[in-house]
Amino acid sequence: MAHTDQAEPTRRDFLYIATGAAGVVGAGALAWPFIDQMNPDASALALASIEVDVSAVEEGQSITVKWRGKPVFIRNRTETEVEEAKVVPIADLPDKLARNANLPTDAEATDPNRGVEGKENWLVQVGICTHLGCVPLGDAGDFGGWFCPCHGSHYDTAGRIRKGPAPENLLIPPLEFVSDSTIKIG
Amino acid sequence: MAGHSNYVPQSAGAKWLESRLPVISLVRGSFVDFPTPKNLNYWWTFGGILFFVLIAQLITGIVLAMHYTPNTGLAFDSVEHIMRDVNFGWMLRYLHANGASMFFIAVYIHIFRGLYYGSYKAPREISWILGVIIFLIMMGTAFMGYVLPWGQMSFWGATVITNLFSAIPLVGEEIRTWLWGGFAVDNPTLNRFFSLHYLLPFMIFGVVILHVWAFHTTGNNNPSGVQPKTKQDTIPFHPYYTVKDLFAIIVFMILFAWFAFYLPNYMGHPDNYIEANPLVTPAHIVPEWYFLPFYAILRAVPDKLGGVVAMFGAIAILFVLPWLDTSKVRSGAYRPLFKQFFWIFVLDCIILGYLGAKPAEPPYVLIAQICTVYYFAHFLVILPLLGFLEKPRPLPASISEAVLKGGSGKPAAAVAASETN
Repeated sequence: MAHTDQAEPTRRDFLYIATGAAGVVGAGALAWPFIDQMNPDASALALASIEVDVSAVEEGQSITVKWRGKPVFIRNRTETEVEEAKVVPIADLPDKLARNANLPTDAEATDPNRGVEGKENWLVQVGICTHLGCVPLGDAGDFGGWFCPCHGSHYDTAGRIRKGPAPENLLIPPLEFVSDSTIKIG
Repeated sequence: MAGHSNYVPQSAGAKWLESRLPVISLVRGSFVDFPTPKNLNYWWTFGGILFFVLIAQLITGIVLAMHYTPNTGLAFDSVEHIMRDVNFGWMLRYLHANGASMFFIAVYIHIFRGLYYGSYKAPREISWILGVIIFLIMMGTAFMGYVLPWGQMSFWGATVITNLFSAIPLVGEEIRTWLWGGFAVDNPTLNRFFSLHYLLPFMIFGVVILHVWAFHTTGNNNPSGVQPKTKQDTIPFHPYYTVKDLFAIIVFMILFAWFAFYLPNYMGHPDNYIEANPLVTPAHIVPEWYFLPFYAILRAVPDKLGGVVAMFGAIAILFVLPWLDTSKVRSGAYRPLFKQFFWIFVLDCIILGYLGAKPAEPPYVLIAQICTVYYFAHFLVILPLLGFLEKPRPLPASISEAVLKGGSGKPAAAVAASETN
């Protein structure tokens, strides 16, 4: 083709490009199963929700349950803790969003938006530091909430990041009280 | 490579093979007759040492895989089974685990040798870049290998490192889930890490061949940094360097054996003898020693994405090093200012390594920030400027002259010799 002076594309040019394009699409379609096989499989997706009985969790106590392979902290907060969390102005928070899967994504990180609706003493959150995934320690840190020993992130009594490298507040999973003493997570 | 061989097949069998597949002349041209600068010092033996360690890791790894089980329920116990039940299992595992550390000791010396003697400069840029690629694959292989025993450090190391990818804007979370094969580090993660840990060393082997091919095309660098000009400047690889490399390998094996047999857990971490527990993070998690400088850089930046970018940038900057160093003189032996900055840089890397093992609190974070800035300044400010500011010492006319007049391994004498000319 390089030796012809034709300026107009020929049928053959069209066929070359069409063949090449079909080859690229085919290679991509073939590659996808090999990439997608690494995504979560059906058995991992099947573990999507759990129910937890919290009737034995007294005020000031916490339990940790496993949900989707991750720890979830369920804390029955004391009134002092709730008060402490309520008086913090939003402007003082490094992450001003609630990070609550049960609320719109732009909800502010106020204490009522972090706690369980109607049961503000309950705080349920994924126990994974939003920095690099360690499990923070409870009743620790400069703000009376959680402290991540890996890289020094401090969370307050509403699980909001206050100091350290973590970019976001602890995530709140989709949840609801299915009865007075049972929480469904996921 | 093959072009350097003056091999002429003598026997009928050799003639038959050579005319069909010239493999004998290829090997002879590369590792027997290959003309090598005659002044290579012991810092040059680390290439051979690394090849030895790679083979040792492959052999011990392949046999360990015959006894190991990559399943979260069985992995930890199968490692203890190797340690207690398998014949010589304790030895094979200690050789493999310490072999990884030996690999990094040798590769860091090899890299700093290249940095000091300007081995990255034209015409050896490709060889250098392939070396950086090998270093990256090595880091991936070592990281995934450390996950396999499924102890607490395995699990939390895997968690922290895979979480680095979540810092990528927009698709970070999806990439992390894809790497995990779930919503946390779990059985699918362990299973694929085992598969890749077995694959990657063979990829390293392939890139090593390209690495050697590249510097066999350009010729070895040497302590004087002067290209060989006549036949007097080179000697055949065999027997001169086969013997020198072998001697160095044996000395290195003594160090290796000392660790494997007398201090087998010195470079490991006791927490890794506790089985992985996804609900409890150890109070103080640290990576293996060979990742500590990069870990210190990660933690020095008080921003998640920024820290990850700085950490990967610290390695990526090596790719463009050949174009950052503006000096025309290759060897540090003839660069009085560069030499001082080189040793400051070595010290900077060692301090970063020390800080990586310390908790992320004052004053360590501030010192790590200063050292991180210096690390990048070395490549982005000091090396580009030195080429213009520094007055290098006179270069020897040839390798032969450098050797006969006091040796380029002893730069001070070489200067004196050059100045009396």
